[in-house]
Amino acid sequence: MELENLQREDVLMSTRLAAGGRLLNRGKSVRFEFNGKHLRGFDGDTLASALLANDQMLMGRSFKYHRPRGLVASGAEEPNGLVNLGKGGRFEPNARVTTTELFDGLTATSQNHWPSLDFDVGVVNNYAARFLPAGFYYKTFIQPRAAWKHVFEPFIRQSAGLGKAPKDRDVDTYEHFYAFVDVLIVGGGIAGLQAAKTAGASGAKVLLIEQTGHWGGRAPVDGAVIDGKSADDWINNTLDLLDKMENVQVRSRLMGAGIYDHGYALAHERLTDHAPSDDMPRHRLWRIRAKQIITATGAIERPLSFAGNDIPGVMLASAVRDYVVNYGVSAGDRTVVVTNNDDAYRTAIALKGAGLDVPLILDARASGGGALAEEAAALGIRIANGKAIASVKGGKRVTGVQVCAQAGEGAVLEEIACDAIAMSGGWSPVVHLWSHCGGKLIWDDAHAHFRPDADRAPTGADGEPFVSVTGGADGAMSFSGALANADETARHVSKRIGRKAKKATPPNADDVEMAPLAPVWKMPQGAGIKLRSKMWLDYQNDVKVSDVQLAAQEGFESVEHTKRYTTLGMATDQGKLSNINGLAVLADSLNEEIPQVGTTTFRPPYTPISMGSIAGEATGERFQPLRRTPLHDWHAGNGAYWEPVGHWRRPYCFQRSGESVEDAVQREVKATRDSLGLLDASTLGKIIVKGPDAGKFLDMLYTNMMSTLKPGRCRYGLMCSENGFLMDDGVVARIDEDTWLCHTTTGGADHIHAHMEEWLQTEWWDWQVFTANVTEQYAQIAVVGPNARNLLEKLGGMDVSADALPFMAWADGQIGGFDVRAYRISFSGELSYEIAVPASQGRAFWDALLEAGAEWQVTPYGTEALHIMRAEKGFIMIGDETDGTVIPQDLGLDWALSKKKNDYLGKRAQQRSHMADPDRWKLVGLETLDGSVLPDGAYATADGTNANGQRNTQGRVTSTYHSPTLGRGIAMGLVLNGPDRIGEVIDFPKTDGSIVKAKIVNPVFYDPEGEKQNV
Amino acid sequence: MLILHCPYCGVDAEETELHAGGQAHLTRETVGSDDEAFEDYLFMRENPKGVHFERWRHASGCGKWFHAARCTTTLEVFGTYSAQTTAPPREICDAISGKRPGWSWKTFSARMFS
Amino acid sequence: MSEVQGLLRSDGFVAVRQLPLRGMITVKGDLSATALKNVATGLSGVDFPGPRECNCVGDNGIAWMAPDEILLMVTHATIPDAMAKVAATLQGQHYLAADVSDARTIFELEGAGVREVIAKLAPVDLAPDVFPPSAFRRTRLGQVPAAFWLKDNQTAELICFRSVTQYVFDILTHAARANTQVSYF
Repeated sequence: MELENLQREDVLMSTRLAAGGRLLNRGKSVRFEFNGKHLRGFDGDTLASALLANDQMLMGRSFKYHRPRGLVASGAEEPNGLVNLGKGGRFEPNARVTTTELFDGLTATSQNHWPSLDFDVGVVNNYAARFLPAGFYYKTFIQPRAAWKHVFEPFIRQSAGLGKAPKDRDVDTYEHFYAFVDVLIVGGGIAGLQAAKTAGASGAKVLLIEQTGHWGGRAPVDGAVIDGKSADDWINNTLDLLDKMENVQVRSRLMGAGIYDHGYALAHERLTDHAPSDDMPRHRLWRIRAKQIITATGAIERPLSFAGNDIPGVMLASAVRDYVVNYGVSAGDRTVVVTNNDDAYRTAIALKGAGLDVPLILDARASGGGALAEEAAALGIRIANGKAIASVKGGKRVTGVQVCAQAGEGAVLEEIACDAIAMSGGWSPVVHLWSHCGGKLIWDDAHAHFRPDADRAPTGADGEPFVSVTGGADGAMSFSGALANADETARHVSKRIGRKAKKATPPNADDVEMAPLAPVWKMPQGAGIKLRSKMWLDYQNDVKVSDVQLAAQEGFESVEHTKRYTTLGMATDQGKLSNINGLAVLADSLNEEIPQVGTTTFRPPYTPISMGSIAGEATGERFQPLRRTPLHDWHAGNGAYWEPVGHWRRPYCFQRSGESVEDAVQREVKATRDSLGLLDASTLGKIIVKGPDAGKFLDMLYTNMMSTLKPGRCRYGLMCSENGFLMDDGVVARIDEDTWLCHTTTGGADHIHAHMEEWLQTEWWDWQVFTANVTEQYAQIAVVGPNARNLLEKLGGMDVSADALPFMAWADGQIGGFDVRAYRISFSGELSYEIAVPASQGRAFWDALLEAGAEWQVTPYGTEALHIMRAEKGFIMIGDETDGTVIPQDLGLDWALSKKKNDYLGKRAQQRSHMADPDRWKLVGLETLDGSVLPDGAYATADGTNANGQRNTQGRVTSTYHSPTLGRGIAMGLVLNGPDRIGEVIDFPKTDGSIVKAKIVNPVFYDPEGEKQNV
Repeated sequence: MLILHCPYCGVDAEETELHAGGQAHLTRETVGSDDEAFEDYLFMRENPKGVHFERWRHASGCGKWFHAARCTTTLEVFGTYSAQTTAPPREICDAISGKRPGWSWKTFSARMFS
Repeated sequence: MSEVQGLLRSDGFVAVRQLPLRGMITVKGDLSATALKNVATGLSGVDFPGPRECNCVGDNGIAWMAPDEILLMVTHATIPDAMAKVAATLQGQHYLAADVSDARTIFELEGAGVREVIAKLAPVDLAPDVFPPSAFRRTRLGQVPAAFWLKDNQTAELICFRSVTQYVFDILTHAARANTQVSYF
């Protein structure tokens, strides 16, 4: 009769107890919203405890079968309690309710259900479960293609995903912080605290971090008594003591996320998640370098695998205890405890102490428990040794259990009504951080878990171990054991960094005697397939005992393969609960021992960290450095249409109102060719090379001869890499007897300077040469066009006549009162000067040029006009005509390759057979027959097809523009035997299938005699 | 993420300050070399499991190139030293021998200074 | 002639101020040579720094950049004279001196949390016992090269390339905004 009544699920309640809750401030009520319902909790609650207190056990639906999912755990290991948190710019999916601290105004919605949490259409998958076994996705890919496209894919897409992707821009800010410490201690339980105390006493710089907002870990919940004091008192005393040590820092809400090579650790600090604020960064990513790291990350309780272990109301025994002790919340009124170890008895005792009913403890061990079992029995709790759960009754909520013998196949002995089940399969050390950087594990038979193998620790730059583990994470499962272990570990670690921790007796804790645990991987031992296919291993991804067994049966023997095939441990909780249980089932299926099967690899981060924290300050305007020339503000104020060139922003053109980009470019070219143009050339690299051996060095660096250049003169030079390919070009000016100034391309300044330093430092280190990159010291302005000289003469101050400053000469002087260096060089084919002034005077000089040039309609032009003018002259552009596979010979630049020099970088490579091949494609001009503009990068086709059935090719377009000067399309390209085929017409198919015919011509389209630039 | 000691400015620099420059102690081949020697110089590189010699540049620092002797499997650093040398100095070889007795790398080995 | 552009400034828990142009000369050469040392100390009036040090008083100082390089700082207006003096003194020796005054921007950071602001952006240990006043470091700040030193425990000077002035100002301002103290050092 009693059972009948309880099966009406609506009367089952999780609720707030009248008293208790060590983390609560019951004086402060907090309002929040879940799925549109307005609810209340207390200051100190997590979202999980507040939801439980409001009888909201159902948290969401599972990934594959859409089964109802309730809370299982109370910490970072929670697989089910994931919600969409917040709204708008603070929306975040997959927020774990157990680690979300409650604050006033919190809003959350449940995930992965449609149309509502209580009624979900996808649950039909549940009834189709036998059609969605392990490897379902892989198998489906292989099945008829049509079925995938029309049946499976739409179905999977509908059900895929947990939370929603955020739609709005994140309104919060983030940052990084670099910290350097002697000892980083991860985990603020009693072991971490004790380790900090001991290491701190040695004088080492210690940073102790804890992922939650409170200290002491499980010890207070488990009723530890340390040095005669309550755990809470001992924790507070220890924190006070650490606070007084100047060399020790303690930080809560700071999670050790990952450990990497050479003592590098990442930690994720949550500053405002518990109290949203516009003023503070939401998260801070700590980038820590530690000489030594101690992980004191504790242990996580394992579920037991029995049929129906996923029904809401089935929880970890430790979690049930946490909710009662920490938050004064009961998961149910009648809780059945099921265990294979003594620790779970603490839950029964705690529940009883809170006035709740524990109708039965099922202890799978035939011999039963130790002292704690005696204590439970003394409280009048019924204990059944050697017994197990055959099956859980209930749908959206536990209504009862069927009891069987653990040793049998599941024959039901009795049914017990209950509304919660507290299970414990033993404890697994949190070895994640230890494993991140290569720490190895050993199997501990007594506790049936993997723990760190101290003899195979991660090693650092000096080849010595730099990570140690302590406390529960090291398998020290008792209070006194953990404290002694922590003290010893910290002592050892202090010694490793050359410090000595003063001898002190570690604190003493009262421990109860524990009976040995008995490994239980299936409940009952002989469960048949029907029960096994209701035993969940991975709650979030719906992986069951039967799935792992199927994977083993199908030949997935490696644990890494089984993981991918079944998706065991691949959900957002990364297998924190399922790992060991899954391994044990796999080992059993393969008839192997667990250590032989091994574990999957633990990878950082320990729990997901925000993308924002990884980006740090690099968001919005700060996403990437943007390099501005001294004239940037003028450009920005005068219609600049920007083009990124490396990190620089250069004006592509200057748009006037109502003018298209194309029209602006054409106007700029015409104005420059007809009268006068100005170009901001400040981005061109400028490198000083000086010293007795500078000439010799430049002769090695450039393909042509630079040592013979006369002071006061300029020479165009090419630079090749050691494997012969063109890497940069530019004009070199000889300043004095032992000083040269090398111009590089805009993108080349830094890497060409680095290239020079590399050869000087690592090959020719006995040569006396110094270099300096002075690119940003100057604003450099090209004054271009038939009126260029008129403008400079109008400003006055130095002789810029053809006699005083002939083509390819340079001179220092004054123009319009500015100290300048004037180079008579041209990249446009026009009369042209490039004038360098100190960067701080660049803007004033530019303004002076504009003002004085008004009478010649002076026209600032951008990079596209520059490109068109150089293409009209047949000048190559690094990055257009070159792509890292082009040598100077391909571009008809043989004149720039010194025949006199024995050696230069790239010379030997250019003698290799493929480089000397006469059939290499060579530079030509291309003129379309119809005057149109060839598509950039188009290929010229040849007869026949290649081995892949594709058309053969005989050339490609490298630069292509509409020339306003010629009123038609012009292009440059690399063509097979091109220079020998002048006048021939070749085909360039376009992407729409049509063909453009182009004639091979000389690449110099404009003023081939150079009459305009040499005036 | 590695930390390497720059022997020029004395900074223990993390990898984000450094630029990796590939294998160390190459001998430049140029005009006059036969094809095989030149190909070796240009393209063929050691890829050892264990002791390795590399070039690094303290790019976001003093700008100097230096050499590092390192274990590619454990990332242990045996030492960093001048870039102005064609062979690892004795103290570096001794340090490696102390940790990896019997090591060898191209023409260098534990026996070099024994 | 002075620059048209105004100087950048922000006030968070640490004030970030762009300083007016300072005369800066990159000098490469033999740092142990007496002539080089003398001309540098003579022009700046400060002691010649050791490795990873910067001695700087007002606009005048010397920063140790590399084993063969210093950055000589003088008032901007005296650059032509300083360059001439260096050239005259070191004539005949193998050296390089380049005026880089306009290629650099210099910021002053002032406030009790100055170490933290830098530690948010540079992979450098700013702890007082490791990085005392006059310690100098060339490194990466966010995504660009930078160099800095502490004038005292509350004040730092930081140099970056001119083209990234706005970026460096933006990341420093972000790191220094009010209520973002780490309270670590």
